[in-house]
Amino acid sequence: MRSRAVLTGTHFLSGDLACAEGAIAAGCRFFGGYPITPATEIAERMSRRLVEVGGVYIQMEDEIGSLAAVIGASYTGKKAMTATSGPGFSLMQENIGLAVMTEAPLVIVNIMRGGPSTGQPTMPGQQDVMQAKWGSHGDYEIIALAPSSVQEMFDLTIDCFNLAESYRVPVMLLADEIIGHMSERVKIPAPEEITIVDRKKPKGPPNEYQPFKPDDDLVPPMGCFGEGYRFHATGLTHDEKGAPKTVSVEEQTKLVRRLCDKIRKNTHKIVRVQEVMLEDAEVAILAYGITSRAALSAVRKARKEGIKAGLLRLITIWPFPTELVAKMADHVTAIVVPEMNYGQIVREVERAAKTTPVSLLSKLGEEPHRPSEIITAMRKALQ
Amino acid sequence: MKQTERMTQHPLTKYLRSERMPHIWCEGCGNGILLNSFLTALDELKVDLDKIVVVSGIGCIGRAAGYVNVDSFHTTHGRAIAFATGVKLANPDLQVVVISGDGDLFAIGGNHFIHAARRNIDIKVICANNFNYGMTGGQYGPTTPLEAWTTTTPYGNIEHPFNLVHLAAASGAVYVARWTALHVRRLKDSIKKSLQKEGFSFIEVISPCPTIFDRYNKRGTAVDVMKWFKLISNVKHGHDPAKTEITKSQIMVGEFVDVERPSYGRLLRDMTKKVQEKLKEKKAK
Ligand SMILES: Cc1ncc(C[n+]2csc(CCOP(=O)(O)OP(=O)(O)O)c2C)c(N)n1
Ligand code: SF4
Ligand SMILES: [Mg+2]
Repeated sequence: MRSRAVLTGTHFLSGDLACAEGAIAAGCRFFGGYPITPATEIAERMSRRLVEVGGVYIQMEDEIGSLAAVIGASYTGKKAMTATSGPGFSLMQENIGLAVMTEAPLVIVNIMRGGPSTGQPTMPGQQDVMQAKWGSHGDYEIIALAPSSVQEMFDLTIDCFNLAESYRVPVMLLADEIIGHMSERVKIPAPEEITIVDRKKPKGPPNEYQPFKPDDDLVPPMGCFGEGYRFHATGLTHDEKGAPKTVSVEEQTKLVRRLCDKIRKNTHKIVRVQEVMLEDAEVAILAYGITSRAALSAVRKARKEGIKAGLLRLITIWPFPTELVAKMADHVTAIVVPEMNYGQIVREVERAAKTTPVSLLSKLGEEPHRPSEIITAMRKALQ
Repeated sequence: MKQTERMTQHPLTKYLRSERMPHIWCEGCGNGILLNSFLTALDELKVDLDKIVVVSGIGCIGRAAGYVNVDSFHTTHGRAIAFATGVKLANPDLQVVVISGDGDLFAIGGNHFIHAARRNIDIKVICANNFNYGMTGGQYGPTTPLEAWTTTTPYGNIEHPFNLVHLAAASGAVYVARWTALHVRRLKDSIKKSLQKEGFSFIEVISPCPTIFDRYNKRGTAVDVMKWFKLISNVKHGHDPAKTEITKSQIMVGEFVDVERPSYGRLLRDMTKKVQEKLKEKKAK
């Protein structure tokens, strides 16, 4: 049923539906989830579409079970995902750690709404960007992408699967209610134009397979259940064979460092940003997701008004492009960070910008930023 | 020397990751008996060891997954069944067995248990019920008998325990049995039966915990506990699961449920086939 998998052509879709189509085009054949506004439409679309392409949709009893099932499916070799929003994302945190520790490639979509707690289910937010990185206990790294259009809901979902397979790490798509619910034109390419990455397979004989022995890129090839490797995986600290090492300082250091370094040391390969008129900019806006659209329009308007404005749009939020931001900070006099939270990514920006002043333009709930508000903030920052 | 040789020739050695031995379990613990029965069942059925996955949660018995020489996964506390659900649905050719504890499966993981049973996911759940949280040092849990002494019921337990086989049957399991660690042969036969049956099966193994629960509750040595099991267990196949509560004077054991009901996987495959055929017809028109 390959032909049903990629709906090549131009469509008018909501972000949630485009995300589901991106997932199926990327080869996702397992969805485990639990309905939640504003991500429900992804589950609904997947329940219909996965059956068409011979995949599995299961609605679990909660988001803890959803992610557990997705990790299980990933270990059989299937590309697997879940989609949720704030409350469900909070429930997933322990198993995000398990996916990190057992290096399970999978995708978690979070259509962010207003929090804390049940907050504002139908309103947009960008309040989970720090939780995405720090929500589970222990030191770890994940990858997170932030789409700013419905087209990117499709494209970046595919990228999420490819990154997950490349680095054996959970990858998050952090969108917000507006991007999830608004409808735009989406171009779905022909299957042969879509790049698909599959996890590295072990090469040697199964009885010599060491499931957590990395290659030079720090990523171990992945055998899957049922392929004859007969291996063990555990959330406990383990050696390269997968054997628990619960009191060895060396094994703990070695494993945790590798899990982090396989992302940190590849940051330059993973990170993607969009730079707009930054060459001669005096003031830079750093934005991501829905706010970057207003930011782009603000930059264009500001230029007309004689303000030398530029935009750095983060497509990759995690790993954070610290070096890139630091370089930009050297060339501008001020940075403005509009966010739909009370100041989250701005902390990373401040850390990277060092002495360059960084100002937060926070919005909670309500409507997204207006270009005029961003221009006012730029003017203020330049004073 | 001779003895070591004989040990390495133990008939079940090939089913174990011998480099992980010795295991962490205490002397007299029922977990080893449970594992032995499981491995013997695999041996007698000549199960394809490349096509079986053992999943555990967290706890003393949770370490079982790490000892068996097949594909295995040690999940987070309580999530073994949810993980196993993903494995089984994503690759229906695999035989998926969950081996975990009473706390793991019925306290923190209770919701996954009832829903997997309700859906009739084709997985086999074997529970070592030692009436407490052994791994964390003997706190009470959802199976601890009324009045029992644990480290968090210093005045005696005031919570009513679950009757696990009743819960499993009411939730929809197609095969439900209970044995004690004394009933090695019958336990092994039940495991064999469940492995050959499609659908959600549940086997409760009443298991001694001589180091903690049995000691706190003055049940004597592991041998005393086994003698006590012998004295008070009562084999009653087909007995109404609602009437199998464990009391001080009786542990009802046997095969309580053995019924047929289409599994989730089967229903999913049938539905997928129908949907795809309809799509083909539409395309042909
Ligand atoms: C989320 C979480 N909470 C608590 C724990 C601590 N913990 C580890 S094992 C366990 C209880 C296990 O009891 P049971 O499943 O009955 O297994 P047993 O040790 O008795 O074999 C607990 C509470 C944990 N690992 N994770
Ligand atoms: S504490 Fe109890 S359950 Fe745990 S290994 Fe020892 S005897 Fe077995
Ligand atoms: Mg227990």
